[in-house]
Amino acid sequence: MKDSLVLLARVPAHPDSRCWFLAWNPAGTLLASCGGDRSIRIWGKEGDGWVCKSVLAEGHQRTVRKVAWSPCGNYLASASFDATTCIWKKNKDDFECVTTLEGHENEVKSVAWAPSGSLLATCSRDKSVWVWEVDEEDEYECVSVLNSHTQDVKHVIWHPNQELLASASYDDTVKLYREEEDDWVCFATLEGHESTVWSLSFDPSGQRLASCSDDRTVRIWRQYLPGNEQGVACSGSDPTWKCICTLSGFHSRTVYDVSWCHLTGALATACGDDAIRVFEEDPSSDPQQPSFSLTAHLPQAHSQDVNCVAWNPKEPGLLASCSDDGEMAFWKYQQPESL
Amino acid sequence: MVGAGGGAGLGGLLENANPLIYQRSGERPVTAGEEDDQVPDSIDDREIFDLIRSINDPEHPLTLEELNVVEQVRVKVNDKESTVAVEFTPTIPHCSMATLIGLSIKVKLIRSLPERFKMDVHITPGTHASEHAVNKQLADKERVAAALENSHLLEVVNQCLSARS
Repeated sequence: MKDSLVLLARVPAHPDSRCWFLAWNPAGTLLASCGGDRSIRIWGKEGDGWVCKSVLAEGHQRTVRKVAWSPCGNYLASASFDATTCIWKKNKDDFECVTTLEGHENEVKSVAWAPSGSLLATCSRDKSVWVWEVDEEDEYECVSVLNSHTQDVKHVIWHPNQELLASASYDDTVKLYREEEDDWVCFATLEGHESTVWSLSFDPSGQRLASCSDDRTVRIWRQYLPGNEQGVACSGSDPTWKCICTLSGFHSRTVYDVSWCHLTGALATACGDDAIRVFEEDPSSDPQQPSFSLTAHLPQAHSQDVNCVAWNPKEPGLLASCSDDGEMAFWKYQQPESL
Repeated sequence: MVGAGGGAGLGGLLENANPLIYQRSGERPVTAGEEDDQVPDSIDDREIFDLIRSINDPEHPLTLEELNVVEQVRVKVNDKESTVAVEFTPTIPHCSMATLIGLSIKVKLIRSLPERFKMDVHITPGTHASEHAVNKQLADKERVAAALENSHLLEVVNQCLSARS
């Protein structure tokens, strides 16, 4: 298991600060990082090393918590503790802030683009999730404010191929939303975690969702459509999402991030115990009750909490991670032969 | 993370006007081994206690040690594992300053200890009405980071951490 995760490079991405989050562009050629130094940096590979192509330092007054690329790769959205979300337009190596989205009462914690590129979601400590519509003139209009959570909303992600939105919260739940008659509604609440849910990741098919929590576990939820063979009850035409697996006993502190590789199916986690772990589904296990094996465990991947893990969308096994120590690291994951 | 308007005194009315005052512990005796630069010093409970005992209470002109909010027996250090756990005891179960006190202890530890340390600051079990909620806020590093970017709150924390004149 030791050699399954090999360090390729370590980069001081946000020196003397915290590196909070990383996002690969859809082509897998650029990596955006953000941090407590209020800046966003864009990284590209040159030879064997990673070099900083641009620094976006002017957009935010406080910590930049998360960044997200549009599906076309021409826009970057950044969520900040300054209560705003900036939209950056890419022109070759330069980025220009074209719009600042305002409306949240306090820290914006996450931002995500729908697969169509025409919808954007943001969430905040103000307990709300906002859905924004983007038109061809780069105008953004808020089309829905969702107040389903009772606490701080930590993360939002979209389904990989449907207009379905998921959010994770300090209220220990995950909520799922869909459009209904020009508005957005919450149609499912996923209960089970015993503390804050920090992050979410869909599997390649979008039929399963992984969530990670301060309760030191990762849960896998599966979608059951009305009339499913397994007899899982659904209300009306909405699917039911049921927890089919809990990964417990592996992590010794808060699990801050989870990432499901859409090329290999491997599941990576970022943990407050400084470690990176990779899990793989046992091929012979029952899809209704799958079991996952720990296939890589790097106890001191970083010198402080690991905040984010991100699989490259084009190169199988290339994983990026970042930490409270301000560094980011690149890893090569190889599936153990025994699996 | 601390409610608005939670300044010291709450308009002159102290929540706990007559707190019990405890005697301060003596200074730590310096051993020969500690004076010898060749001997590596590990970080122990007393050293952590020395860092936090002089933190000022946000309401009273007294330290957390004098109010028995912090005690050496409630400090647990594991230098090898790089962990520090501190329990603090609010003077009354409805103390609205509990989060601020916990945050001050946390900030003091963050500023003083090597970055390898994992720090957990909790309320002594059974001593506060909102124990779970306060513990959860203090454990959430994102909320702590955001709170410390709030200049008003940072000023209040810094007052708790400043040496009393």
